[in-house]
Amino acid sequence: MRTLAHSFYMTLRHFRNLMRQPLYIAFTLVQPIIWLVLFGQLFKKVVLLPGFGASAYVDFLTPGVVIMTVLFGAGWSGMGIIRDLDLGVMDRFLVSPASRVALIAGRLIQLALIAVIQSVLIVVLGMILGARFPGGVRGVGLLIVCAVLLAVPIGALSSAMALVARKEETVIAASNFILLPLTFLSSVFMAGNLMPGWIQAVARFNPVEWAVIAGRSALSAHISWPLVATRIGFLVALTIVTAGLATRAFRIYQRSV
Amino acid sequence: MTLVESSNSVRHQSSSSSQPELPAIEARNLVKTYRGGVRALDGLSFRVEAGTIFGLLGPNGAGKSTTVKILTTLSRPDSGEAQVAGLDVLRDSERVRHAIGCIGQKSGVDSEATGRENLMLQGRIYGLRGTELKRRITELLERFGLDQAADRVTRTYSGGMQRRLDVAMGLVHHPSVLFMDEPTTGLDPEARADMWKEIARLAHEEGITILLTTHYLEEADRLAQRLAIVDRGRVVAEGSPEELKSELRGDTIHMELAQAEDASKAHSVLSQLEELRELVIDTRMLYARADRGATTVPLALAALESAGVKVASVTVARPSLDDVYLRYAGRSFREADQGGSQ
Repeated sequence: MRTLAHSFYMTLRHFRNLMRQPLYIAFTLVQPIIWLVLFGQLFKKVVLLPGFGASAYVDFLTPGVVIMTVLFGAGWSGMGIIRDLDLGVMDRFLVSPASRVALIAGRLIQLALIAVIQSVLIVVLGMILGARFPGGVRGVGLLIVCAVLLAVPIGALSSAMALVARKEETVIAASNFILLPLTFLSSVFMAGNLMPGWIQAVARFNPVEWAVIAGRSALSAHISWPLVATRIGFLVALTIVTAGLATRAFRIYQRSV
Repeated sequence: MTLVESSNSVRHQSSSSSQPELPAIEARNLVKTYRGGVRALDGLSFRVEAGTIFGLLGPNGAGKSTTVKILTTLSRPDSGEAQVAGLDVLRDSERVRHAIGCIGQKSGVDSEATGRENLMLQGRIYGLRGTELKRRITELLERFGLDQAADRVTRTYSGGMQRRLDVAMGLVHHPSVLFMDEPTTGLDPEARADMWKEIARLAHEEGITILLTTHYLEEADRLAQRLAIVDRGRVVAEGSPEELKSELRGDTIHMELAQAEDASKAHSVLSQLEELRELVIDTRMLYARADRGATTVPLALAALESAGVKVASVTVARPSLDDVYLRYAGRSFREADQGGSQ
């Protein structure tokens, strides 16, 4: 009960603070537009490659941009923890009866809600640019589930890292180091069967890949239920593990202060 | 007797019942070593009576903040134990957290939220709700002169306002023990004087036990009923400011030598003077004590002159806490403060 109430208060806090940064919101909204338009134009002709399997690149790219946008949003969420550590806000919470789980959950709930809003906006934008999704509303719903299930574990990992590293520079370097490779070692931009064999092999263990292929399958005319179910299963498992790690990271932090 | 007791707050009464009074804070042999082998606490012990202001005085890096972190359940000691409000900080940390208020060295104010929002969240964490919470917040905002600024984002607050909000946040749930880690560091003199008044009021009118860390000797001298001088992770002296100062009989003599190279010669000359005691040398500064400073100084100067040692300045003063620190820690406070590792 206390954990639920505290999570609600923390979510409220993060949303309220977010709403006070209209410029930040504007940038996070414009960013996926740029990606969708830019990459859509840049790679327009890749669909002509034999075996690509999509008729229009924007159909293929839209779920990719959804996943990529959510990934980056979540991947930087540790910066909020760093800010709270620097301000002393985190220490104040830790010496209060605030639920440790809520301190992480508040952020993750906010991330999940943002992921939903961003996914819907990008899907709508893709459709304006001519994308068609035979999977319909159910398909979009499943894509959003995948996006949320990627945002939450990545956000949890980023938070855990911030608590352990405690330095802005470290979190920036690590995020830079991890996020782009995760994106390119997946079929966000390129059909999986056209990727080099080793990338295909690596991608099988990449949560970004799980989210993007499950989302894409859900949007297609012939959804592959086993594929969607297994990948969502993997993502759920990852969510549980990383949420546990993030909560444990408080103990590591408290041991070092 | 009954009259005095009934004027105290309700919370305070429970601790001033007929049984022998439990200390509000007790630390026993706290040891804490950080990664990299830095020993922050090296067997630190002290106790604080309920309803008093206790000062932990020491230079930067002496271990004051580490002590506060352990007592407020943020950090854990390697060994030793501590009780706050009668509860063990290690075994009963959850209940300790309900009993204490903390004003940390870093502000702890969310700069993107308004003053009122900061107080609301803080109160809700402690389980306050509805009109009770609203009333408490209005009361605190008025008391700390923040009612005009209550709905402004705290990023726009001055340093003094932010500090006052900090204190208000620490008090929202009526704690019985309040920890203040360097509460006036970085404040201008006016804001500092206001904070001193508020701290004194909290202890004297509301019966809150306050543990205050400071590296301002003047602050400890003025506020604390008792204080412990901390150096290198240990308590080197403890008592009321008056007790500590009166242990130093007579006057304090400070001499600054014109040349640092003369220090050892000056030391050997002066140590032959019977009138001087507790001679301490610290680069080009010489500190000593004498029963009658006014008559001893000419003797000392004459002795130094005949040895060819030039003196740049001499001061004679009543002992201050600085002298107390020098006596127990074996180095001047300012020196230690600059050498501190924080």
